[in-house]
Formats: sequence, C-alpha cells, structure tokens
Amino acid sequence: MSSVSRPGGAAFNAVRLAFAALAVAFLLLPLVAILPLAFTDSVFLVYPISGPSLRWFGALAESQAWTRAIVNSLIIGSGATVVATVVGTLAALGLRRELLPFSGLLRSVFLLPMVVPAVVLGVGMQILYARMGLASSYLGVIIAHAVLCVPFVLVNVASALASIDPALERAAASLGASPVKVFRGVTLPLAMPGILTGAVFAFATSLDEVVITLFVAGPNQTTLARQMFSSLRENISPAIAAAAFIIMILTFALLLAVKGASLLQGLRKKQRVQPSEA
Amino acid sequence: MSARLKALLLVLPLIVFLGLFFLWPLWMMIATAVQGGTVRLAFPQTATAIASWDGAGPPPASLQAALVRDLRTDTPQERFGDAVRTLNSQQAGFRTLLPRTARAVREAGEADAFDLVALDPRWSEQGYWLALKRSMPAYTDANLLAAVDLKRNDEARIEPVEPDFAVNRAIMLRTFVIAGQVTLLCGAIGLPFAMLAASVTGWKRNALLIAVLLPLWTSLLVRTAAWLILLQDTGLINQTLRALGLIETPLSLIYNRTGVLIAMTHVLLPLMVLPIYASLIAIPRNLMPAAAALGAAPLQAFRYVLLPLAMPGLLSGSLLVFMVALGYYITPALTGGAGDQMISSVIAFYATGTANWGMAGALGLFLLVPTTVLYILYGRLSRTPLVQT
Repeated sequence: MSSVSRPGGAAFNAVRLAFAALAVAFLLLPLVAILPLAFTDSVFLVYPISGPSLRWFGALAESQAWTRAIVNSLIIGSGATVVATVVGTLAALGLRRELLPFSGLLRSVFLLPMVVPAVVLGVGMQILYARMGLASSYLGVIIAHAVLCVPFVLVNVASALASIDPALERAAASLGASPVKVFRGVTLPLAMPGILTGAVFAFATSLDEVVITLFVAGPNQTTLARQMFSSLRENISPAIAAAAFIIMILTFALLLAVKGASLLQGLRKKQRVQPSEA
Repeated sequence: MSARLKALLLVLPLIVFLGLFFLWPLWMMIATAVQGGTVRLAFPQTATAIASWDGAGPPPASLQAALVRDLRTDTPQERFGDAVRTLNSQQAGFRTLLPRTARAVREAGEADAFDLVALDPRWSEQGYWLALKRSMPAYTDANLLAAVDLKRNDEARIEPVEPDFAVNRAIMLRTFVIAGQVTLLCGAIGLPFAMLAASVTGWKRNALLIAVLLPLWTSLLVRTAAWLILLQDTGLINQTLRALGLIETPLSLIYNRTGVLIAMTHVLLPLMVLPIYASLIAIPRNLMPAAAALGAAPLQAFRYVLLPLAMPGLLSGSLLVFMVALGYYITPALTGGAGDQMISSVIAFYATGTANWGMAGALGLFLLVPTTVLYILYGRLSRTPLVQT
C-alpha cells in the first residue's frame, strides 16, 4: 500500500492497474454508453450509430404521452421537493441541539422511508389513499414522493447545521441580534448550501421514482420515469435513450449548480477572510 | 418559549407528516393482512354490525339495515364475487340469494327501510345469518399462512397447500439468494476497489471516487436501461466479444439471472465501496509501512493489519447492500426472466394486478420484518451514515 518497492512490485502494480481500469469501466460504461444513443438516427438501440440525429427528441416532443409525462414529472417533482424541503429543514433545525428526548430514535425513524422497500410502502399507500380519496390525484403522488424525499433533505441539512460554528450565533446574539435575526442573518445563510443540496437530491429522487408511482398514480399522473419503465417493458426504442438523457442532464445540471454554488461561496469566503489574516 | 418546546414545534410537522403518510400506511397494510377475509371487505358495515349480534336471537333490524347499505354501495364486481363464493361454501344458497338481493336493493333506491324477508324468505333463516357471522372473523391468519404456502384445512389444522400453488416460499428463498449473491459480488469488487482508492492520493483517488459517485447520482432507471442496452444480443458487450472472435453466437446476458446480477451489482456497488473506504481512510497512513518494517510480508500485513481494520466498513456495506437488495423490484423486473422475479414483484402483482391487498400485505410483512431487523442491526453496528453526499 506504500511506495516501498519490493520484488514483484511491478507485477503487483500491473494487477492493480488492470483491476482499477476494469472496475472503473464497469462503473462508468453504462452511463457513457447510453448517452450517445439518444442521438442515433436508427430505429434500433445499437452501436455503431449510423448517423447523428435529433429525431428521437423530436419523437418525444411529438408524443403526447411523453410530453405529458415530462410535465407531470416537473409538477410532481417540484411539489414533492417543496414539501420535503420545508418539513425536513424544520425537523433538522429541531433535532439540531438534541434537546428532545429520543432524538436518536426520531432520527432513525425519519430515515426509515429510505430503507423500507418501496413496494411495501406502495401497498400501504394504495390502501390508505383508497380510503382517503387521494388515489390517482396529483396531491397524492406529491405527498407519496415527498415521504421518500424527506430523508435526503434531513441528512443534508443536518450535516450543514452540524458544521456551523455555534460561536458565530452566540456572537451575533451577544451583539444584540434577536433570535429571529440570528436565524435569518447567520444560521439560515450558513445552512443554505445544505438545504439546496437536500432539495436537489429530493427532486432527483422524485424524478427517478417508479414503484410508489405505480401504486398511487392514475393514468393522468404518469411521470417520466413511469413512462420510461413501461416503454422499457414493451419495446426498447431510442426514445428511451432520449428520455434517459433528459433525466441525467436534469439531475446533473441541478447537482452541479448546487455544488458549484457552494464551492463559489466557499471561495468568496476565503477571499473575504484572507485580508484580515494578513 | 423554552428551547425544548421550540425544538418540538420544529420537529412536529415532520412527525405528523410521516405519521400520517408513512407509518399509517404501513400499519394499514399490516392490518389489512390480518383482517378477516374477503367477506369482510365486501360487507364492511355488516361486519361491524354483526359483531354485536350474539347469534342466538333473530338478527336485529340494525344488522339487516347494515347489510342493505353494504349491498347498495358500489362494491367491485370481483370482490363481491369472491365474497359470495366464500359464503356459499359455508351455506349453500348464498350464490343465488345475494345477487338477487343486491339487484332488488339497488332497484328499490334510497328508501332506507328495505324488507329483506319480504324479498326472500331465506333471510328469515338463522343459518344464513350465522354463516355470514362465521365468515367475518375480526382477524385471520389465512393471508399470513398463504404467504408461506400454508393453509388451514376444514378442521382448522395448519397444513401445506397443494404443491401446484406452493410458489411463495421458493420466491422468498430466491429473493434471499439473489440478495446474497449481489452482496458477495459487491464485496468482491468493492473491497479491493475501496482499498485501492484509499491507497492512492491526489487525482487518482478523486478519479476512483468520482467513478463510484457518478453512478450513485444517476437515476436507477437510467442505469437499468443502460444495462438492458449493453447486454442485449446485439448490445455492445456481445458485439465486442464477437468482433474479438471470442464467441460465435451471442451470449444470453439479459432476461436471466446473469442480467439481474450484473445490473444489481452495478447499482448497489457504491453502497459497498463508500463505507469500506470511510473505514479505511480513518486508519493511520503509517500502519502498513510499520508492518513492513517489522518484517511482515505484504500478504501478511494485508491479512493481519489492513483486513481487520476494513472489517467494520465491509460489514456495514454488506448489511446495507443486502437490505436494499431484498426489496428490489425495478431492476429484476426489467433485466430478469420469469424465474428471476423477487418477492417485490409478487407483492406488486397482488396489489396492482388483482387488488388482493390482504395477500399483498401479508407478503409485504414478510419483506418488511427482515428489512427492519437489518436496519436496526445496521444502526447498532455502523458509524457510517446511510446517505453519502
């Protein structure tokens, strides 16, 4: 594991390199392979690509089922993100100082939606919604997605809050800021990167969710992922690669935006701090 | 306002939200699984009313009115048929009596006072009402037993179902086997990969970590679709192997166990690598050189120094992968054949295919319990958080 050279080191290094190459290929090949196929002009999802074309994006745009699915995904994704981010952030703030009895237990329960098999939750939700009259409604799907998104918000906001130096808040308070002012002026801005990251993960989770949607959504609430799932079962056409491309770009663009923003903020902070250090 | 009260008020919305839309549905699923049978589902108001009738005297008017109300509501045809069949097996005659009564009740309209006995004298016979009461136990273990291929015979003794219908146990076993195989594969790739990532520095380490994180951030559905495309007969893998002259006819890599294992291993590998990596980078960097300086051969140092220190991570990763794999539905549904479906697909079939929520709930319970136990175990054993960001 160190750079100490030893007999057979070259062979050992060759094995390590080969393993790394194979493992990285295994991890990345599927992601890399599917993207170019979105731009094929063939009707088959195969390599080599005979020529570049945007016809499959056109096919998506022309198909009412796909456009509706994309719009639904945006509506449901935004709704679920808002709900999950609000209740998740509030709860993370409440759990922050471990003031409540059973804080640890609460945290474990709040993370459960990530662990409980989606099919199991789907069955329960289907039964509940049938009684509450929420079956096949946008509100029902938004709520169901929000349940799955909450853990991601909670974890991200909690870790952002944990990294805030309490001295900053104490300093603001000792300088006469009211608790509300401390929260709005100090805590919230510092937690914002975590909140935004949580929101992005929430949106990505909703965008990718199929199983619960199968159980609680009606034909009118078909999402992009749900539409992709049923097309994959019927016939594999390059329209799927185009849809996959849209999902990947949406997720990565949002992630990059958030990570980039927090990186920039960090840089600016450094610049601001440096003069005083000098 | 005390700080504690403030904390409670902040957490309260999430407690209410998850209580209502997470714990309650799970509870309802379990309740549905053990609630008495099909007849109860078809006649919910009768079920409540009949519980307070002791079965000795004549059925009270309120019970008759409840049955009329149930018959007036729009019960799905399938559920009504199931109930009639069950009742007829208890008391011959229900097969004609119930549909006839239901028709008459609907035609009579909303007028509440409907005389059942006037319509059909059979409603004055105690036997019919007793059969109705017998078919509506508050709780039943029928679904739970059926989930593991058991049933009660006429003498109420538990016995195995006919071999032709005994499929659930095999599917549960298959679910555990697939989850175990995927865990082993993830460990076999993940352990050396995490060790490699922990042993290098700079851009090499970043590249290896990004290779793990990128798939984690990519939609599960997109990754599964990608494997579908790669593994098909005309896919990139088969094309390459053919071009290299290694094979003549395409290997069947998809719609079978191979496809399921490849796709699931790919999807779950990051969950194995990250905990192992986290436990490895916590190890002081000079341990391995120290072992070497004390005369340990590389393999010895690996066996007695590095591996024990990687164990907690390996254990967390394995628990996590196994737990998540148990509940998989999408990936086996898309990349597997009929013989590779896991328990989730059976649950989905009962819930969405036949609206048999009792069976779906019972099977769901058999999936929920092991998952929860593994989660508790994970919480006890692991210090790595569930989500990596």
